[in-house]
Formats: sequence, C-alpha cells, structure tokens
Amino acid sequence: MTALLEVAHISKSFSGLKALENVSFVVPEGSIIGLIGPNGAGKTTCFNVIAGVTQADAGEVRLAGQRIDGWRPDQVCRAGIGRTFQLVKPFAGLSVMENVVVGALNACASVRAAKVRAGDIIEQLGLAEKRRDVAASLTLPERKRLEVARALATGPRLLMLDEVMAGLRPTETDHMVALFRALNANMGLTILLIEHVMRAVMALSSGLIVLNHGQVIAAGPPAEVTRDPAVLECYLGEEAL
Amino acid sequence: MILLLTDGVPRRVLKLLAGLSLVLLAAPLAASDYLITVLILVLYFAYVGQAWNLMMGFAGQLSLGHALYVGLGAYAAAALYVHFGVGPWLGLWVAMASSAAVGATIGFLAFRFGVGGVYFAILTIAFAEFARIGFDHWGWLGGSAGLFLPVANYARNDILTLRGSPTMFYYVMLTMTAAAFVLCHALLRSRIGYYWLAIRESPDAAQALGIDIFRCKMVAVIISAAMTSLGGVLFAFYYNNLFPEQIFHISRSIELILGPIIGGIGTLAGPIVGAFLLSTLAEGLSEIMRWVGIDLPGIKQVFYGFCLLGVVLFLPDGVWPPLGRWLGLGREEGDRESGEGER
Repeated sequence: MTALLEVAHISKSFSGLKALENVSFVVPEGSIIGLIGPNGAGKTTCFNVIAGVTQADAGEVRLAGQRIDGWRPDQVCRAGIGRTFQLVKPFAGLSVMENVVVGALNACASVRAAKVRAGDIIEQLGLAEKRRDVAASLTLPERKRLEVARALATGPRLLMLDEVMAGLRPTETDHMVALFRALNANMGLTILLIEHVMRAVMALSSGLIVLNHGQVIAAGPPAEVTRDPAVLECYLGEEAL
Repeated sequence: MILLLTDGVPRRVLKLLAGLSLVLLAAPLAASDYLITVLILVLYFAYVGQAWNLMMGFAGQLSLGHALYVGLGAYAAAALYVHFGVGPWLGLWVAMASSAAVGATIGFLAFRFGVGGVYFAILTIAFAEFARIGFDHWGWLGGSAGLFLPVANYARNDILTLRGSPTMFYYVMLTMTAAAFVLCHALLRSRIGYYWLAIRESPDAAQALGIDIFRCKMVAVIISAAMTSLGGVLFAFYYNNLFPEQIFHISRSIELILGPIIGGIGTLAGPIVGAFLLSTLAEGLSEIMRWVGIDLPGIKQVFYGFCLLGVVLFLPDGVWPPLGRWLGLGREEGDRESGEGER
C-alpha cells in the first residue's frame, strides 16, 4: 500500500511545553488508522498541524507525496483532507442542509450539484428528518453526525475524525462504525481517527498509533499495540488485558 | 434569468412582492410632494441598509463607518460634475471604483492582520473619521464650506444629469432598491452567499471546509462599499450640497444601520422593512407633534433610541423574522432550498 499521508519528524512547542516531539507516522492509502493516547498526549495538536490550523516548529507533512505543511486550512481541505472538530463547530444559524451544502461546494462545480450531494450525505448520516432544522436545535450526537457529514461532503481523500463517537450511545457508535467501514470499503476513503471509545477503535482500525507526552510510543496492528506494555501502562491500563 | 431568480421562491412571496411593487410604482400618482420626499428617504435607507447588511448580515463583518462610502461616492460624482461637467452616469463608476478601492484597503488591513469583531468596527470608524477631517480641509472640494451642485428650476426631468423633480428621484431610488434586493437575493443563493453565511457562523469551520475566508470577506467589503457609494451618488444629486461634517459623520453611519438592525440583520427583507418602519413612524411622530403644537428638536433621535431599545429587548432577531412567519413567508434561508417553499 502506498502512503497517502506522511508525517515526518513533526515537533511543536507551546511556550516551552512540548506538545509534539519528533512525531512520524504514515497513513497508507485505503486504511483506517486510529490515533490513541491519554488526554493531553498531543493528538488534537497533531490533527491541527496536519490540517494547517497550527504550524509545526519542524518536520514535514505530505499528502500523496506533496508537501502540505505551511498551507492554510482551506488549502489543505482543497488538497483532499476533510476534518471534524472535537468541540463541534456547526454553523448554528443555518439549517442542517445548508451546513452540508457549504461543505459540498468544495467538491461541486455548482450550488445545484452541491445540494444533491449534500442531500445524499445527509441521508447516509441519518439526518434526513432534520435537514430543515437549524443546527442550533440539534442534540450533541446529532451535531457530531453533522460535523462528519460536512467534512465528508467536501469530498476528501483522507477524513480526519476527532472523537466523533464520544457521547454516542453504543447503538449510535455501531451505526457510525458501520458507516465508516462502508465508506472505506466502497469509496476507498482513507480515515485517520482520534478516538477514546476503544470499542469503535478496535472495530475500525487496521492500524494504531499511540501518542504519549507528544511522542509516538507504539505503532502497528491493533492486536500488537494493545498488548504493548508501554501502551498498557500509560493509556489502556490493566483492565484492557 | 428571471426563472433562475424566482426558482424555489414560494408563490406567496412572489405574489406579495408583485403587489408591493405595484403599490410602490403607483405611489407618486396619489402621494403628496411631502410623502414623496419621505418615501425617497425610506428607499435610500432601505438601499444603503441592504448594502451594509451584505457585509454584516451575510458575511458577519461589522462596519460602523459606512458613511465613508456614502461620502466618497457623493463627493466623487459631485466633483466630477461640478469641476469637469461629467454626468452622474459616468461619475458613478468612478464613485464605485474609488469606494471599492478604499473598502479593499480597509478590508486588507483588517483581514490580513486578523483584526476582527469590535476592533474591525473601530477601524471602519477611524477611516470614516480620516475622511471627514481630510475632506474638511480639501479646498478643491469646498472644504468645510461645502460642495454645491448647481441648482436650477427643473422645468423637466433630465435623467441623464439627474436634474429633476422628486418624483424622478423616487423612481431612480426605487429601481436601485429593487436592484439591490434582487442582487442580494441572487448572491445569497450563490456559492459566495453560502460561504459568507458559513464565515459569519464559524470562520474556523468555514476554513476547514475549504473556504478562503480572506478572499470571501474581501469580496463582501468591496461589493458593499461599491453599492453604498452608489447611494452616495444619488444623495449628492438629490440634496445638491455636501458637507464633510455631515456626510462622513458617525451619526450617519449609525443612522444607516438602524434599518437593518430593526428589520432583521442577515435577512433580505429586514433592511427594507426596517427603513419603512423607522422613517414612517418617525415622520408620523413629527407630524403629530407639529399638529399638537409641540416643537421638540431631536425628538426623532429619541424615537430611534426607543425603537432600538424595544427591538433589542423584545425582538432580538429584528422585526422581519417574526413578521415573516406571521405572514406565512417562513425563514428566508429555508426558501433557498430547492422547491418546496412552505415549511
């Protein structure tokens, strides 16, 4: 498998605090990779660096071989990376449909085409009944789904999901897992996800990357990584055994 | 083109708009001279309110210095007319271009260096004040003594030089207000319209969805500035006198945004409804005061104050959203979705 996303030797400090230190990993084309680790490990910072929200102090980010570090978030999106925000940022005053149309415009040449695309994606995410409701009226799980719908609508090659399962009920989680699996299998969508819900991570991921104190402490197939003593100690704990 | 514009707009709305257009077109037949001058003012505020609303209501960029563009447009067209005999129909392009350039400069300074929110608003005030003081000392333009357009007895309406009766100005203003409404309606349904709303709601999320927010905000400022300055051109040729102390004054900037605030920021009908409400009520009030025999200077401003207070307290979204629902016209943004108009 060729690498779709390559992160090489990324470091980032916030006024002396090392948030990321020499972080390197690869996300192969067509894979689903889980990025896990305890709170404050640097997962979201890592996402923000890839997405262009935060500029790294050092290192390179490549998408399909092209360097994208230093690009603005909108340029990164247009290059093919869609992302969700851990703290959801819906366009509160707009309807669900309008929210998703904004994303779809990135992938469509006309507003008309974007509306069609948005309608399909809203259907996929199970938000069809809410399409005319303003986003402000949605519940948190619905907002998470809207966040995914919007990012998906931009037509990404790589979808980065920041804790989209948090706060969902187990059945809702299963629904999301099934959706991502289908997108991955049918459309070849590559996914990088930050997730604490291990049930979802284990069900989805073909590979795991573990961050702790801004460093990659383990990477590899889920079965191996979850048996790694260092990972057990810092994150998963004894009960995972 | 017309089909494209009305596509997805509920039939009820179209009927209402057609009815309103007829009434406004026929108004001069029945209205007194006084009423015509009031209506010109109403339409003027509806027009510039619409232009301001494009920037604030759609793209979320608060300008408190829009009098700058009114003044620039007015002075540009008036100076060309007075000094070079260039008519307003040519002058308006210079007016719009210079205002767009100034708007772009302010926008660039603000958006490039991340000046937002109230700080952006202060920047817009600052530039309007620069202009006020600058023009006050610009002798070629009359300075503080003012710039005057030649006034003659208008035997006939000369639309080419915009010299004529109030009725002519009424129709010109009406056309401009209608055109601004149609333009904003079309923009709101276009790609840039969606982008503006997204930026207004959450710049971070908008950028993450591939929107170049700097560019979109620049486009909003430039269109808004150019539109506003066209209002200034009409202002100059209607009133025939320009004083920097008046036209660039911050009170003019505030006056201009009251309509959209009271009518409903971010709605298409808001600036028009707000302008109608404010002006007709204020004029009605002065009429009543005159009739009763009380002469209180500044009563209009006090009245504006109370209107604003009432709206902020009881109708934070403005008058139009609830009024529109009451009329069964629904939420405007909802109408932008394909086909099914009524909710």
